[in-house]
Amino acid sequence: MTASTGRPVLTVEDLSVVYDVANPVTAVKNVSLTLAPGEILGLAGESGCGKTTLAYAINRLHKPPARIASGSVTFSDADGSDIDLLGLSAEKLRSFRWSKLSMVFQGAMNALNPVTSIAAQLDDVLRTHRPGMSKAERRARGRDVLQRVGVDPKRLSSYPHELSGGMRQRVMIAMALILEPQVMIMDEPTTALDVVVQRDILREIIRLRDELNFAVIFITHDLPLLLEISDRIAIMLRGEIVELNSGEQIYRNPRHPYTQKLLGSFPSLTGDRGDFIRTGDHALTGDNR
Amino acid sequence: MTNLTPTTEPSVAGADEALATTARQEGRRPRAGWRAMLPTLTPALVIGFGLVTAIVLFGLLGPMFVQDPNVVRNTGLQPPGDGHILGTTQTGQDVLAQLAFATRGSLQIGLIVGVLATLLSAFFGVLGAYLGGFADEAFSLFSNVMLVIPGLPLVIVISGFVPQEQRGLWTIAVVLAITGWAASARVLRAQTLSLRNRDYVAASRVAGERSWRVIAVEILPNLLPVIASQFVFAVIFAILSEAGLAFLGLGASNSSTLGTMLFYAQNGFALQLKAWWWFVPPGLIIALLGCGLSLINFSIDEIINPKLRNVRAHAKRMRIARKAEAR
Amino acid sequence: MSYFVRKLGFYLVALWAALTLNFLIPRLMPGNPVDVLLAKLQQRGGIVDAATRRSYELLLGGGTDDPLWVQYGNYLVNLAKGDLGIAVSVFPTPVSEVIGQALPWTIALVGLATLISFLLGVGLGAIVGWKPGTWLDSLVPATTLLAAVPYFWLALILVLVISSTWHLLPGMGGYDVVLSPGWNLDFILSAIRYGTLPALTIVLSSIGGWLLGMRNMMVSTLSEDYILTAQAKGLKNSRILRSYAARNAALPSIAGFAISLGFVVSGSIITEQVFSYPGIGSKLLQAVQNSDYALMQGIFLVITLAVLGANLLVDLLYGIIDPRTRARS
Repeated sequence: MTASTGRPVLTVEDLSVVYDVANPVTAVKNVSLTLAPGEILGLAGESGCGKTTLAYAINRLHKPPARIASGSVTFSDADGSDIDLLGLSAEKLRSFRWSKLSMVFQGAMNALNPVTSIAAQLDDVLRTHRPGMSKAERRARGRDVLQRVGVDPKRLSSYPHELSGGMRQRVMIAMALILEPQVMIMDEPTTALDVVVQRDILREIIRLRDELNFAVIFITHDLPLLLEISDRIAIMLRGEIVELNSGEQIYRNPRHPYTQKLLGSFPSLTGDRGDFIRTGDHALTGDNR
Repeated sequence: MTNLTPTTEPSVAGADEALATTARQEGRRPRAGWRAMLPTLTPALVIGFGLVTAIVLFGLLGPMFVQDPNVVRNTGLQPPGDGHILGTTQTGQDVLAQLAFATRGSLQIGLIVGVLATLLSAFFGVLGAYLGGFADEAFSLFSNVMLVIPGLPLVIVISGFVPQEQRGLWTIAVVLAITGWAASARVLRAQTLSLRNRDYVAASRVAGERSWRVIAVEILPNLLPVIASQFVFAVIFAILSEAGLAFLGLGASNSSTLGTMLFYAQNGFALQLKAWWWFVPPGLIIALLGCGLSLINFSIDEIINPKLRNVRAHAKRMRIARKAEAR
Repeated sequence: MSYFVRKLGFYLVALWAALTLNFLIPRLMPGNPVDVLLAKLQQRGGIVDAATRRSYELLLGGGTDDPLWVQYGNYLVNLAKGDLGIAVSVFPTPVSEVIGQALPWTIALVGLATLISFLLGVGLGAIVGWKPGTWLDSLVPATTLLAAVPYFWLALILVLVISSTWHLLPGMGGYDVVLSPGWNLDFILSAIRYGTLPALTIVLSSIGGWLLGMRNMMVSTLSEDYILTAQAKGLKNSRILRSYAARNAALPSIAGFAISLGFVVSGSIITEQVFSYPGIGSKLLQAVQNSDYALMQGIFLVITLAVLGANLLVDLLYGIIDPRTRARS
């Protein structure tokens, strides 16, 4: 399912993030991108290219010494209003978070509070953002989201350490869905899992997106994965977006030399031995296309 | 943070690498190896070191420069002045002179107990943790039991049963050491366990190194900051405990420590007679020594837990960044 | 489940160790404690018969020809009967009665002071760790330095300043001696008044440890992933501080309660001495001064039991609040 046309739900314009250490480092350089409602935008790049910094900065989760040096982030709500994320007061930012834009973090090993139950952690989001809900309603909603991601609702009373890695990630996704946000930012949500579980989780994400029509920024270093699930892909290198195009175009017609290099470095399962590119051409002997 | 991909987000701990990187960029050599283990020179460390050095010097050299503390005069209790910088006790003895000798006595016992307790805790903590298995379980159980049994009551009871004449310096020192090693042993055990599972130790074992060599070469150097910190704790503990014992009249006979001074002050009704010059200085010295040692321990703490080292620098950068981002 | 069983087992072992220590110490010391005691007893006008001698020998050893393990067995049986002997220094009161009179005072003082110190220390430590850079930061070095000051010296200073000079609070005793002990308001108020300075001494001395420990743990905890998640979830800061940060950061403080309690108990003995507080600590010291071995032994036993009991409770509590401990075998 492709993204619907119309106003983009998230617009990042010329965003720069600087680390104010003794010799300042610009982690994100003049990044501009748009996210259409219901679209899956992949964000690919090597470790240290700034993709996580970008994701955190959009939600103003970046911590000092990181500092937003310039640019703007605009959220276009479904009800028609435009929200300037960088200018929000602390209180408005707090109520904006999770209800309109939620996140799924890298490696849910540690992203869940170890001393409270799953039910409590799903519950406190509801209590904070939907104070009108009764206890029974909250409980029901918790069961509902767990079922949606394929986790047995009986797990509500479990603690994080009692769940497997895959289950914890599903719980994280359930938690991210619980307020039915319009945008979800996922930072390497499946990197810490084995490939079979990875497959399942990705299928869930796509299915949920089809059901609830939220937009996703999917951050990973795994380009082939993005090629399969994204509508558009942005390639990031050293803080800058060097290429932004549909998945199809990136695969068949990569323009930036870094994109070509990325595509060329994933070994393929088919073709002759020693072939690297998926199409089966010899990448080692010739020059990159 | 996560255990698979390197984080791109400098946390407080990660700022360490940023600092080293910028140091390299600016041409300065980042502290490497041994020097990286030394504490950074903060005001706290300087003050702590200064205090400890001053008191140690006072205890070491003071007795050579003061009057004879044992001379009894019939002038009785005198406030400071007139040939006695800190006044005299009820029996006309010079307080400053007593203070110097008492400091020496306290330092002596502090050092002896500190070394003994550290040796004991290193033995039960490090060796047990390294050997693992039954030895570890046994040593650990022993440490925990010794830890949970209250120390001072035990010392009091033991001292109470020993007749006055036989309560010498070494007896008291041994008793204090025996009751004081357990807490350090637990800390050392935890550290050794975590080190034991590190990759470089495993590599060393796979390469065929003998156990004692692995302990000496791989584990002990990394334990040094913790052992140093525990030694400092042991000395503080020893001086405070001995002072308490002496104050209760259970200290080492024939020895003069800061605690004994306070004992005599209490018995000489210094408090009621408002003779502050008699009981304030000994306690003050103990307090200052304890403070100095604690400050030194703070700095050692920052080596052991690098996250703390960066708290100061981090807070400063937070302020600067917040100001820069204010809209 | 196995966590609770293991903890219980450990404390039983510790209890056994304490009993054995209590048994061995008088027997390892030079001299014959029983003879000394009986001599004192006669001085006080007590009757020395075979039963009295036997009772002391069970506790303290010396003189009998029974092999050590037989003595040990008899000692344990005797203890189980609750017989701790006669306190020579306050003849003819039995040891258990002396302890029974003094114990409530100490429990009230030490219990309350420890609780206040712990709650304040952990609470303030959480706040200081959460928001570094305010004036509260200075609490950390201040209280740590206070902790390095010897209990009794701090007590003396407090007495000098608050009691002798400013006459705000009484510096000696457990209650106003004109009142008679009883469960009436006057007495209780008087007890609180007299107990304030001793309690203040204990709180000031011990708060530093908890504050520093909690603050350090907060610094560590705040860099954890689940705190970031909580902030991304748009939760209120107060909730994050309470349920996410402090609940995790407090765990080591609770786990380390054992060590702290030992120090507090030790300090309270000396504090009681300074304030002439009628608790079990000053009774112990009186016993030592009077060579009342039976009383010394009895008090050591009771103190140890109390400390072990308190630690067991805290350990069990820890098992409840940290769900991960129950999972580890």
